[in-house]
Amino acid sequence: MATTAGTLPAVGAHSGLWSWLTTVDHKRIGALYGVSAMAFFIMGGIEAILIRTQLAVPNGTVLEADRFNQLFTMHALTMIFLGVMPLGAAFFNWFVPLQIGARDVAFPRLNALSYWVFIGGGLLFVSSFIFGGAPNAGWFAYAPLTSERMSPGSGMDFYVVGLLMLGLSSLIAALNFAVTIINMRAPGMTMMRLPVFIWMTLVVAFLLILSLPVLTVALIQLLFDRSFTTHFFSPEEGGNPILWQHLFWVFGHPEVYILILPSFGIISEVLPVFSRKPLFGYAAVVFAGVSIAVLGFAVWSHHMFTTGLGTVPQIVFSASTMAIAVPTGVKIFNWLGTLYGGNIRFTTAMYFAVSVIVLFTIGGVTGVMHATVPVDTQQQDTYFIVAHLHYVLFGGSIMGIFSGVYYWFPKMTGRFLHEGLGKLHFWLFFIGMNLTFFPMHFLGVGGMPRRIYTYDADLGFDTWNMVATIGAYIIAVGMLAFLWNFVRTMRQAPSAPNDPWGGATLEWATSSPPPEHDFDVVPEVHDRDPLWYNRDHGVTTPAAPAHLHIHMPPPSYYPLVLGGALLLMGIGVLSHLAVTALGVVIAIYAVWAWTLEPTD
Amino acid sequence: MRRFSIAPRRLIPLLLLLLLVVALATACTDPMSTIDPKSDNTRRVQDLYVLVFWAATIVFVGVMAAALIFSFMYRERPGRTAQQIHGNTRLEIVWTLIPVVILAVIAVPTFDTVIKTTGDAPEGALEVIATGHQWWFEFEYPELGVTTANEMHVPVGRAVNVKLRSVDVIHSFWVPQLTGKTDMVPGHDNRLWFTPEVEGEFRAQCAEFCGTSHANMRFRVFVRSQGDFEAWVANQKKDRVAPTADLAKQGEQVFLTGACVGCHVVRGTAAAARVGPELTHVGERTTIASALLDNTPENMARWLRNPPAAKPGSKMPNLNLTEDQIQKLVAYLESLK
Amino acid sequence: MAAAGAHGVAHHSTTGIDNRKLLMWIFLASECLFFGSLISTYLIFKGKSLVGPYPDEILDIPVTSISTFVLLMSSLAMVLAVYGAEHGRPRMMKLWLLVTILLGLTFLGFQVYEFRTFGHEGLNLATNQFGASFFVLTGFHGTHVGVGVLILASLLLASFRRSGLGREAGFHVEIAGLYWHFVDIVWIVIFTLVYLIPQ
Ligand code: HEA
Ligand code: HEA
Ligand code: HEC
Ligand code: CUA
Ligand SMILES: [Cu+2]
Repeated sequence: MATTAGTLPAVGAHSGLWSWLTTVDHKRIGALYGVSAMAFFIMGGIEAILIRTQLAVPNGTVLEADRFNQLFTMHALTMIFLGVMPLGAAFFNWFVPLQIGARDVAFPRLNALSYWVFIGGGLLFVSSFIFGGAPNAGWFAYAPLTSERMSPGSGMDFYVVGLLMLGLSSLIAALNFAVTIINMRAPGMTMMRLPVFIWMTLVVAFLLILSLPVLTVALIQLLFDRSFTTHFFSPEEGGNPILWQHLFWVFGHPEVYILILPSFGIISEVLPVFSRKPLFGYAAVVFAGVSIAVLGFAVWSHHMFTTGLGTVPQIVFSASTMAIAVPTGVKIFNWLGTLYGGNIRFTTAMYFAVSVIVLFTIGGVTGVMHATVPVDTQQQDTYFIVAHLHYVLFGGSIMGIFSGVYYWFPKMTGRFLHEGLGKLHFWLFFIGMNLTFFPMHFLGVGGMPRRIYTYDADLGFDTWNMVATIGAYIIAVGMLAFLWNFVRTMRQAPSAPNDPWGGATLEWATSSPPPEHDFDVVPEVHDRDPLWYNRDHGVTTPAAPAHLHIHMPPPSYYPLVLGGALLLMGIGVLSHLAVTALGVVIAIYAVWAWTLEPTD
Repeated sequence: MRRFSIAPRRLIPLLLLLLLVVALATACTDPMSTIDPKSDNTRRVQDLYVLVFWAATIVFVGVMAAALIFSFMYRERPGRTAQQIHGNTRLEIVWTLIPVVILAVIAVPTFDTVIKTTGDAPEGALEVIATGHQWWFEFEYPELGVTTANEMHVPVGRAVNVKLRSVDVIHSFWVPQLTGKTDMVPGHDNRLWFTPEVEGEFRAQCAEFCGTSHANMRFRVFVRSQGDFEAWVANQKKDRVAPTADLAKQGEQVFLTGACVGCHVVRGTAAAARVGPELTHVGERTTIASALLDNTPENMARWLRNPPAAKPGSKMPNLNLTEDQIQKLVAYLESLK
Repeated sequence: MAAAGAHGVAHHSTTGIDNRKLLMWIFLASECLFFGSLISTYLIFKGKSLVGPYPDEILDIPVTSISTFVLLMSSLAMVLAVYGAEHGRPRMMKLWLLVTILLGLTFLGFQVYEFRTFGHEGLNLATNQFGASFFVLTGFHGTHVGVGVLILASLLLASFRRSGLGREAGFHVEIAGLYWHFVDIVWIVIFTLVYLIPQ
């Protein structure tokens, strides 16, 4: 690592627990995000395994009704808010500064705060299993099932407080990345030269910034209904349960694009590099991403086709939903165009990336089947939906994220994941996920409702459920192969060169892993694929000056303190308001100290 | 080696398609199949389903084929260099327009079907009010003065106009072969209609998650000939048949002196509370506890012994009845034909 | 240099806009959706209360017009404070910051008075849909005013240090001003939709 002693903020600040607790380095925060999110992903996976075990045979007896309901609710919440979103955040953290040629994000301490708030919210969620029962009304928690009267336990309170915290964390991170991308680009890095991954990050940031407040309002209203005697959602008192659905899905649909676009960004990096040619139709891919986001705000009611919207809204939302297939198709076709005429190197990362094209398309076309309203009245709340959502979320998001893991692992750690084990991991995932989720189409068409903990033997559901369960175990074995690969690789000495894959973007211009300040000399950008341009035009990066004196922001523990204070405030809502008050006091102190803390 | 590693991948699309056809064929015969229409509206949905199914399959097969072919054709070879193509505007326009066309082909019949199926029910439809309760269904026939639970009877060939209500949380009314689902939202009445085309017994289930026993919230629809339906209605309109056997007589006493009257209606007796399902003709039903259990004396006894054990969360509490009381009640309830 | 955005003065940025100002702008975009959702909720429940008191029986337009005027004036004071801060006139800045804070507190005082009166007249969160959506909407607005007062008060407090608000005084006050004006504008919308437009 090229860091010179003079740049170190404090002696010993680069190792030990304390250094991780106080770090404001985007790469370390990225690592924290990545490792925590992987842990949560496994947790969500174990929940899924339990669900699948219960459903393997008719009239299963592994789980009781209520436990099952908790598990599918927590499975979705864990996967979405604690798994996929933070895994996206891990890559944003790592590669936004590196790819735009910056030394850090715009607000390093806010960045740390978003991580600590995320951890607080995550721990709160998970602890609900121990304290009084986990949320059990499904991840979209339709009112009035969530009212104090219908769900008297504390499960739904955990849901409200946990999601409020996670929303806050995502909002902070999104603001930070939006500012970073708009404002911290290296010289020459115009908007239309931004890597597609960065574009997708920017789009995701804005999706979060504009959709999270709507969820926040819904949660606040639910909180008030449950704790402070209002009746927003209880029909007997004049409340409106449909209002919850609208507010939730105004957030919820943009949310699904929040979950997929990072993966789209990743494979838009991976496909060109291993095809050894530029991305086909860069501008079209970017604009398609932006239009997906814009359209994404106009389709929410497609989750409500059976709530009795009326004829005209059904037609309008059906049309807007179908329209999204067009920009998404543009992306798919441009990726195929990128493969066309290439000299494709099939690394593990590339396996995952190509599989995304195929698997996501399956989920995409079933999405269009849902958009066909009358057909959706048969499919809604059946396993056909479960199949759709896992093809887009597992086949799209998770496979894309693993593509990113294999692609960027050498940059992040200086080590290569083992390719053979990687391919084993890929095939286990690929076969396992198809075995698990493809049969769910048949189950859905055969009339199996979702969210049922048991089903009768005479309905013809048994065979495919068994197949799906076997598939889920195969995915788990695949995940074990990955974990083994990870552990094994991390025990080796770093050996990766700066640019092992012949990458096109700036992160490959610095060392693997990068120094704390990312670049000795901030690179100048002349082209959309800066490294390839430099390679082809013989441009060399100027050597680092002998006495490198780069100032990096010092570590700070205020993000941790503030995160802890927010957690206390949340715990207070669940237990005693005095705890909240304590949290508020500490939070005010932390904010005050934060603003006065010297950052020079 | 190369050949070997590619072959399975080439087989995948074929295998999948084969699987698709076989599986859909079997799904067709399942009792809850969504592609085995037995009413006018589900037939309309089915036509649309077939259209979007093929559109989706064609798109998918196209993308999959391109991905596989390109992956195979352009895999790394010594001496090959990648063509440095940046894009192609004409292609870009083409592949924006093709999906637009496909979607238009789907959209037009979609909107048409929406209008046809969500419009007003045909003249002379049979009115039924279906009410969702945690976790059972109530059916009222306002024109006929009949109330029953969990088993809905309708005549073949006549449209049914179902008004959907809920008293607690959101449920959803869904009879896969007869009608797509529509939610039962408290404080917000919905409605749907369909015209059953063949006689038979149809499985149905609450399709919106509604709490602990959502999985057990099932019901059945009996589509019957006009004559059978009228006979059923005539019987339903009568008060309960007074018990004749001793055991059943004693059972009525247990019923009327116990907690049961606090929740149930048995017309012709003092029991008139509408908390639980109407029981006036419970003996005539084929199932109990929202189509969870077959209506046999054993199951009835099992139910009375401990309802929440048979159906988690059930709003009918365990009344700690003695075996003797249970025997009497079973005899009584089964006699209520 | 690239890390400079995190601290220090001479902020290089791609767009020329300071990072923190950009952050505030984007944050306010998010706030628009937040208040938008609360206001939509209010409008959805308009006329849906099952029992009284109903808005036309209880809303006191003259009194609220005064408090609205007070809040509007606070924006004017804020403008003057920013002017003072940006033109190196700390006394002027301090004076107008103080005025802004006092006007903000006056507005909050009005709100407390209004909430209490409504309480006495039998309207609280649980009474009806009007009560729930009104209190939650105006309550969260009031909280925003409160946070604004806290921010301005910290600035004022800090400006009495020997170094004052430092080289970036104008900048800090300007950003606080952005927030303050936003909260003001939101109130104008609320005042129009909730109080002025007939029920
Ligand atoms: C990553 C997340 C993700 C993504 C990207 C999508 C993408 C899409 N989704 Fe999906 N969806 C979910 C996650 C996602 N969804 C989840 C989690 C749920 C369930 C929530 C719950 O109830 O728990 C859900 C539910 C859901 C419903 C509600 C179903 C119901 O409950 O009744 C609908 C209805 O319209 C829908 C539609 C679509 C459509 C049209 C797209 C489109 O964006 C897809 C577009 C892509 C393609 C179409 C493929 C590529 C295009 C081409 C190759 C071009 C040519 C194609 C054609 C001409 C068809 N989705
Ligand atoms: C990103 C999102 C995401 C992901 C990745 C997944 C992944 C999986 N999901 Fe999930 N799922 C959802 C999002 C997701 N799901 C959502 C939103 C719902 C709707 C919930 C609702 O209705 O509210 C849902 C619902 C849902 C259901 C329906 C529940 C119901 O309606 O009753 C099922 C059933 O099979 C299921 C299964 C699975 C399986 C088997 C996986 C697998 O892919 C998981 C694989 C991962 C692992 C297996 C982890 C690896 C484990 C180890 C390495 C440890 C090994 C240990 C053991 C084997 C014990 N999911
Ligand atoms: C507190 C209310 C309550 C009491 C008391 C009560 N029941 Fe019930 N009963 C219900 C409810 C609610 C259901 C529907 C349960 C379900 O299906 O989930 C039900 C269902 C039933 C059913 C099944 C009906 C069907 O068609 O599915 C029978 C039979 C029955 N009760 C008999 C009795 C008898 C006999 C007693 C007295 C010993 C009794 N009930 C006391 C509330 C009650
Ligand atoms: Cu009723 Cu599910
Ligand atoms: Cu959606």
